[in-house]
Amino acid sequence: MRVQVDQEKCQGHNRCYALAPELFDVDDYGTASARNDGVVPPELEDKARLAAANCPEYAITVEDGA
Amino acid sequence: MTGNHPPVADWTTDFDHADPEWAARAPEIWADLRQRCPIAHSERYGGVWLPTRHEDVAAIAYDTEHFTSRSPVVTEGRPLAPAPRGIAPPISSDPPFHHEARRLILPAFSPRAVAALEPFTRDYCNELLDAVAGRDVVDAATDYAQHIPVRVIAKMLGFPPEDADIFRGFVHDVLESVDLPVEERMESFLRLDAYLTAQVEDHIANPRDDLTSYLLSAEMDGEPLAPEHVGGTIVLLLIAGIDTTWSAIGASLWHLARDAEDRTRLVDEPELLPFAMEELLRAYAPVTMARLVKQDVEFQGCPMKADEWVLLPFPSANLDPEAFEDAEEVVIDREVNRHAAFGLGIHRCAGSNLARMELRVALEVWLERFGAGFSLADPDAVTWSGGQVRGPRTLPIAIG
Repeated sequence: MRVQVDQEKCQGHNRCYALAPELFDVDDYGTASARNDGVVPPELEDKARLAAANCPEYAITVEDGA
Repeated sequence: MTGNHPPVADWTTDFDHADPEWAARAPEIWADLRQRCPIAHSERYGGVWLPTRHEDVAAIAYDTEHFTSRSPVVTEGRPLAPAPRGIAPPISSDPPFHHEARRLILPAFSPRAVAALEPFTRDYCNELLDAVAGRDVVDAATDYAQHIPVRVIAKMLGFPPEDADIFRGFVHDVLESVDLPVEERMESFLRLDAYLTAQVEDHIANPRDDLTSYLLSAEMDGEPLAPEHVGGTIVLLLIAGIDTTWSAIGASLWHLARDAEDRTRLVDEPELLPFAMEELLRAYAPVTMARLVKQDVEFQGCPMKADEWVLLPFPSANLDPEAFEDAEEVVIDREVNRHAAFGLGIHRCAGSNLARMELRVALEVWLERFGAGFSLADPDAVTWSGGQVRGPRTLPIAIG
């Protein structure tokens, strides 16, 4: 599984960082980015889905498989 | 005070967010409008629109081409401060000026910067509850919630903490007295201006490590900020974080005080707090923002005229059954929750990390102190604010 943050859509709500700091980082301006090139370890897949499901701007996509 | 206008005759054609009925039962009004008149219009305030569905609130929040943020508070007059800066940058600014003005203040409210303020906030919350120890009834609004954000923002700006009552007076004048005549509002703005001028002059004479001195030395495009920019941003930081967060803390405690099941569950399962907090923010979002129509535009079949207001009731968007499952219910372990309590788009509340920290700490300290042993002392004694920021202003809670 991989996660991606669309930084054009991200407005710095920081919900992803609060829910899954293992997968996301935020800079001083609140803009989020995926850690580790977006690769999600199997044990964090639920957290990745949770972060995506709580982004008010629909800026996070989760790709299953690959 | 609200209620300076005649009573509302019909909420679909004559609504008024300063009407006492709005303060008493705004969620019912939104629910009714979402059903039968999703974009209402009123001739008051020189023309104002009220979209109530999530889809429409979001669309206008994202549309900076047709709607300006020049003044985010609906009043009888129209703002004198021109776009793109507006009266209190960056909340009142439009792109592209907005982007740089916002970047000036964001680092002060980043998760890391806010985390550094947490021990101070926790100590202060404990002090407030120490001061009411032994009482049978505590007013969670006036004894507790209203003090917390004021104390923290005064510290950040480097203003005297003993001026808290003065700040709350400004908040009341700016946000709750919106239906007063322009001249009367002007008087209160002059008082605010005189107070801030004194604080700014003191910071110019004695620079220190706080947000006020930071803004005085900050540059945009290689130039120092205009004095109106510094003053406007200080007004924003002082006003915007106070009654908003106080309302969120109060509304959350109001919910827990009347729902025994939820408060017992939160005490037994403290790991639920992050989800509960977001759900309480969704269900009781305090803040309604506003825009002005830039040029005549048709939106969803509504002929919106230049210089008419548009209210953006994010709390109504959060209660829209089209956008949220069981929207009218508070589900404290709700997992999917893309709520818009802090707005949507480029004007997302710049202080949202700070507000969340204050809300979390306030709830943690309260629950540590009282466990599940508290309940509404008198449901009829609870009063809510009118205008664009909604929250309990009187909230007597019985302890034990």
